[in-house]
Amino acid sequence: MKNFGFGLKKSGVMDLDKTDWTLLREIAAEEPSFMNCFYCGTCTATCSAGKYTGFNLRRLQLLVKRGQWDEVAGRIPECMLCGKCQWVCPKGVNTRHIVMLINKKLHARKIC
Amino acid sequence: MHERFANAYDPFVIPYMIGFVFVIAYLIVALCFVVKSLPMSDRKKMLKHLFSYKIFITVKDIFADCLLHVKIWKKNKLLGYMHSSIAFGWFMLIVVGHIEIFFYAPHRVNLPYYPIFFRYFMMETETTVGGSVFFFLMDFFLLMVLSGIALAMIKRIRRRLFGMKRTTRLKWNDQLGMYALWCIFPLRFLAESFTSHISGGGFLTRGFGMIFDWFNQFMNNDALIRPTWWAYSIALMVFFLTLPWSRFTHILSEALLIYMRNAGIRETSKNNGYASVEIYSCSRCGLCLDPCQMVSGASLRQMASVEFTRNIRWGQTTQALEAASYCLMCNRCVQACPVGVNSVQLKLNLKGADVSYRYPHRYDYVESEAAPSPLATTSAWADILQGEAVTAETAGVSAAGAGKPEVVYFAGCMSHLTPRIEQSMVRIFEAAGVRYTFLDEDGGICCGRPLMLAGDRTGGEQLVVKNTEAILATGAQILVCSCPICYKIFKDTYKLEGVRVLHHTEYLLQLLEAGRITVRKSAETGVFHDPCELGRHSGIYRQPRDILYRVLNLHTTPYEGKDALCCGHSIAAEGMPYKKRRMIAKDALRKMTENPVDVLVTACPSCKRAFAEIGTTRIKDIAEIVSEQLVCPHLAAQPKK
Repeated sequence: MKNFGFGLKKSGVMDLDKTDWTLLREIAAEEPSFMNCFYCGTCTATCSAGKYTGFNLRRLQLLVKRGQWDEVAGRIPECMLCGKCQWVCPKGVNTRHIVMLINKKLHARKIC
Repeated sequence: MHERFANAYDPFVIPYMIGFVFVIAYLIVALCFVVKSLPMSDRKKMLKHLFSYKIFITVKDIFADCLLHVKIWKKNKLLGYMHSSIAFGWFMLIVVGHIEIFFYAPHRVNLPYYPIFFRYFMMETETTVGGSVFFFLMDFFLLMVLSGIALAMIKRIRRRLFGMKRTTRLKWNDQLGMYALWCIFPLRFLAESFTSHISGGGFLTRGFGMIFDWFNQFMNNDALIRPTWWAYSIALMVFFLTLPWSRFTHILSEALLIYMRNAGIRETSKNNGYASVEIYSCSRCGLCLDPCQMVSGASLRQMASVEFTRNIRWGQTTQALEAASYCLMCNRCVQACPVGVNSVQLKLNLKGADVSYRYPHRYDYVESEAAPSPLATTSAWADILQGEAVTAETAGVSAAGAGKPEVVYFAGCMSHLTPRIEQSMVRIFEAAGVRYTFLDEDGGICCGRPLMLAGDRTGGEQLVVKNTEAILATGAQILVCSCPICYKIFKDTYKLEGVRVLHHTEYLLQLLEAGRITVRKSAETGVFHDPCELGRHSGIYRQPRDILYRVLNLHTTPYEGKDALCCGHSIAAEGMPYKKRRMIAKDALRKMTENPVDVLVTACPSCKRAFAEIGTTRIKDIAEIVSEQLVCPHLAAQPKK
């Protein structure tokens, strides 16, 4: 295909019937505060890793919940677990534990 | 004295001998397993220790800890007496029993049951001075043990008398062992009393025996003697047989633990032999329950260290891992443990051994071109790269060594969330005329300790390498950090040659003592909260107090120094829900401010935030207080909130 320097973005439509919820369920079972997140983005604003890379915990949590793990697997090893996000979270989400759990679960699935 | 039976045998010794042989066999097998699971270097250490002069220290430690229980005496006299009377009394009964054999029946030394049932097999012929001394000694130590057993029974009902609010709940295996132990000595007392008209006895056994003799006038003579000896022997057997599966394994393993610890062996991995000796040495005394703030502040009893060691011992790894992920690693339980079980290190090892945590890390972004080095973006760092150090433009700075900063300041991630600490430190540096560079002024990378506390050593080490390069490149002689979490890892793990690592409390005291800054004393009252990582983990208690005496009216609380409380927001407790953290923080703040003060001073940004978000007490970092009280006319006034 000819390269015009631009392209079409892939459709963002999700088929909820085909979405894999297992990761979401497993993490929510081990860390119930996972479901408290209301995506304010404070964690991302304060993130040490996010200062240098595209690490965005708010987005990653959302992607896990949507079952779109590919981007998560690429990003999650960048977290330094410093815990600033946990301190600023207004909803008391255990963000460090969630990062560890995502990592653990993806590792178990041999994705990460 | 002479023997009653020529064959020196009675069937009732069989149960005792079964138990005795079993324990000896268990001891040998267990020792082989422990040595086998140690690396070669540790085995050499063990052997070397045996022939070094330090063995005397080990013997002294074993005597003081296993028999006299000196550490428990320091906690509570009654509890100390209870433990040492049973342990020391029993030990002396064995020792004096053997001496008696040497005196009166040296040809029976090869019979292991002979000293145990001595009073049955020997009879008194005439009253001798030597014999009465032994009678007295044996009865004295028996009384000592009996008083200890009585106290142990009382402790199960009224533990507050012994200074304990909580104690462990015993499972059936521990109960069986405990009841057998409780039975042994009363049965021995009865058996010796009933036999005392034949064998003789001291003030206790003969005294009770005489009452028994009087009753005997109306009953069948001597019918109770052999059954009581049988019961005594069976109680011993039950105790010995349950020994490997009950809390009383510590009787065997504690001495080995002390020996290995003094030989310089540590729990380096989960399956290390030392770690298993530590786990078996946990006597489930429950002394770690009261200090544990998860138990006292957040009702998380199942997460206490004593339950953790139990879970590991019985292979319940899931529960043990959960307890490890809840633990604040404040070290209060380690401090309280009379045996010296380092449960915090055991938890870290377990976290590290959990295979699922070994995920790949990608911290190459720190130097990659796509994302410019974080350090290069900081103004201070850029200046250093160009050979121009940031210097304070104040009078009194020596020109020697110009170009290189005197101090490199690493605020740490947590301090970025409490900017007033950073501002205060910068203000103090400028007031003192220190040539400093602020390494992570525009945000830096993590020090690596949070990763290590999550059990991820390899990930942490990657960050250690990055930070080491950055710190050494500054050429500064002193590294000052504001966060005790960073301070701990910089001091213990980093290899920063030629750089002194100081927490800002230490550095501020140096500045004050050298007269580089002057402060005035305010009329405010305050108490100091020792952060766990600075106090118990790093041993810094004096410096912050020396500073605070100069700037405010320092009050004391019962929760200071080694008894300091944790703020509940430890970076180690990744699994603990926010609600529970808050409960612990609230509980700690309430305890520390029972006598109201104007300000609670701490030296950790994390503790400051934890206490600041609850309660109405003003919380300040020590740097803020010093900065406010600086006498420094050429600097602008402290910025107001």
